[in-house]
Amino acid sequence: MTTAPEEELRSRTRALLSEFDPADTAPLDFLRARFDAGLAWVHFPVGLGGLGAPRALQAVVDTELAAAGAPDNDPRRIGIGLGMAAPTILRYGTEEQQARLLRPLWTGEEVWCQLFSEPGAGSDLAALATRAVLGPDGVWTVDGQKVWTSSAHTARWAILIARTDPALPKHKGITYFVCDMTDPGVEVRPLRQITGEAEFNEVFLTGVRIPDTDRLGAVGEGWQVAQTTLNNERVSIGGQRTPREGGLVGIVADTWRSRPDLRTPELHQRLLKHWVDAEVLRLTGERLRQQLTVGQPGPEGAGTKLGFARLAQELTGFEVELLAEEGLGYDDWTMVRPELVDFNGREAGYRYLRAKGNSIEGGTSEILRNIIAERVLGLPPEPRTDKDVPWKDLAR
Amino acid sequence: MSSLNLLYSEIEEELRASVRDLLADHSPTSGILARIEGPDVYGPSLWRQLAAELGAAGLQVPEQHGGAGASLRETAVVMEELGRTVAPVPFLGSAVLATTVLLRTGDDALRSLADGSHRGTLAVPLSSAPGRPFTPSVTVHPDGTLSGRVTSVADALGADLVVVPGDGGSLHLVEGGFTATPRTSLDLTRPLADLTFERTPARLLTADPAVLEQALLTGAGLLASEQLGIAEWCLTATVEYLRERRQFNRPLGSFQALKHRLADLWLDLVGARAAARAAADALATGAGAGAGEDGDAAVAVAVAASHCGTVAVRAAEECIQLHGGIGMTWEHPAHLYLKRAKADQLALGTPAHHRAVLAALVNLPA
Repeated sequence: MTTAPEEELRSRTRALLSEFDPADTAPLDFLRARFDAGLAWVHFPVGLGGLGAPRALQAVVDTELAAAGAPDNDPRRIGIGLGMAAPTILRYGTEEQQARLLRPLWTGEEVWCQLFSEPGAGSDLAALATRAVLGPDGVWTVDGQKVWTSSAHTARWAILIARTDPALPKHKGITYFVCDMTDPGVEVRPLRQITGEAEFNEVFLTGVRIPDTDRLGAVGEGWQVAQTTLNNERVSIGGQRTPREGGLVGIVADTWRSRPDLRTPELHQRLLKHWVDAEVLRLTGERLRQQLTVGQPGPEGAGTKLGFARLAQELTGFEVELLAEEGLGYDDWTMVRPELVDFNGREAGYRYLRAKGNSIEGGTSEILRNIIAERVLGLPPEPRTDKDVPWKDLAR
Repeated sequence: MSSLNLLYSEIEEELRASVRDLLADHSPTSGILARIEGPDVYGPSLWRQLAAELGAAGLQVPEQHGGAGASLRETAVVMEELGRTVAPVPFLGSAVLATTVLLRTGDDALRSLADGSHRGTLAVPLSSAPGRPFTPSVTVHPDGTLSGRVTSVADALGADLVVVPGDGGSLHLVEGGFTATPRTSLDLTRPLADLTFERTPARLLTADPAVLEQALLTGAGLLASEQLGIAEWCLTATVEYLRERRQFNRPLGSFQALKHRLADLWLDLVGARAAARAAADALATGAGAGAGEDGDAAVAVAVAASHCGTVAVRAAEECIQLHGGIGMTWEHPAHLYLKRAKADQLALGTPAHHRAVLAALVNLPA
């Protein structure tokens, strides 16, 4: 059904296309013009790349632009900026911060990374030890170590949480900052992982200077601000729309169809179970999207990442086994620094190993189960000894 | 890409609320426990209330045939609520299986099923399944009468309109003149019976075997919604119990080992809801192969039946285990759900059968 707001968006999109013909406009110029026309993310406010329209209507714009061959902002390359930094800046940023940061974030001119996890603060993120101290000049000095940072070596900016008051209980003494990755105190080292490549980094912060105007939210409110970031991370990891057989299951199904020599009755039974699981998960994601479209977000979002991790690990383990002798090989152990995780561009062994991270990154499956049990099912929390104790008195 | 509607409409939610109120008033668990060992599991009034007064029996029947002119989507919502309460009513046999047949073949008897004045069923063993050649056990005589015996038929006790498969997948309507012998059934709330026909007068509904297949497919697809309802009750009851039950000086529900099991079960259930809705919507829109990937009802049903059948059993088994000793007693209703869930797993095709059907449908050959 065509509605008036859809028509309105369509005509705005066509106006953009006629003023900036993609055929003879530089991609960056087109993206900037698209942002300024409010067609970048239509649910954002006017002036910040949006029109204050329902999020679901973005598809109208995207469809028109794709049909016209317009360049996009390569969203997978700037996923942290789009999925995590932007919603947080929108909710907690000052007008100056929003005006300065969101446009180059969206166009991809400035890549973002996330400085949250630490060697001593993984699932227990609130225990983080990176310190930020405010000097009399209104500038914070930051010292500490962060880990599992993708894009740190290409990023212009980072979202950073650091401890600003060790005398408070751990959730209360944290503050949220925007960190300039070109500061001389920032050192980025590749972190090689079980696949052989280094997709992530360790980031050492030594005397990094952050002006107080680069703080997001109030001093001591960093934990609440980070919740916005993390909730959006889980949505962006688990929320992609896929057609049937669109994910890993499609790779396995294609191998099955093209390689009758590999088939056994036992593998057949398992393949069909995995196929059903994949289809059920796809329908779950589709149902979640339909709920969001009509403005009834369901708690399903908390579960899709958990389900995706389980399925990816089962499917990739199955695939290596299915390949028999070929499953004994590995495509390449060379230490490379990929910009994107590409499950499709590598072989089965890589997929098997990389999928192990799916239940760890962005909230472990164990933490997600706690969240579901407590926030969705309403079960009581475990008794805790760390919540009301000053951070500096906790065992480390 | 055509897309299924996986949500519940406002009208469907209103229907759910009405059915839930009615079941709370007329089919409390205590009443079910009292009736399951008596002569009449169904009880005197519940079916009349549900079928006639609420109009649930005729949901998928057009108004000109005395129904509500709704669809299988609404019918599926009723199945969810019936699963949630394991209410003993002949809804599957009468409002789903027999009605689906009569809707396709056309017969005046449809009206009396739709208004709840008669109860119908489909004379097949409950373990029959779509996607499998049906072997009839009833002979059709040249004069049109039927002889033979059909075992393990659901909703046959008290049924007065029975659709009977004969040679070649033909379907015949019988209005009395047969005997129904109760079986001792695993599922106490959906009792089975053996039907015996001896030169029983019948009229031919159709010679087209596709109608029987469609009825079994519809039954399997809607059973997924019942299985969803079973699983929902089991999860809810278990969560409530673990919030209240204290051991080791704290609520049992605060132990991570138990919370994680329930979170996994919840995720299975979220998937079951999406799959069951997909099956109901695909069946309601009447889409067949070639309707686009999402519209292929046979695939949607196979996925839903495979997943939901497994989830309902797991939910009922977890419900018993996590209730501990009380879950093992006759007085606690958990066993009614376990028995229904386990019987449903075998009904209208096991999960393994539905996966085997799927293998052919989506080109994943053995």
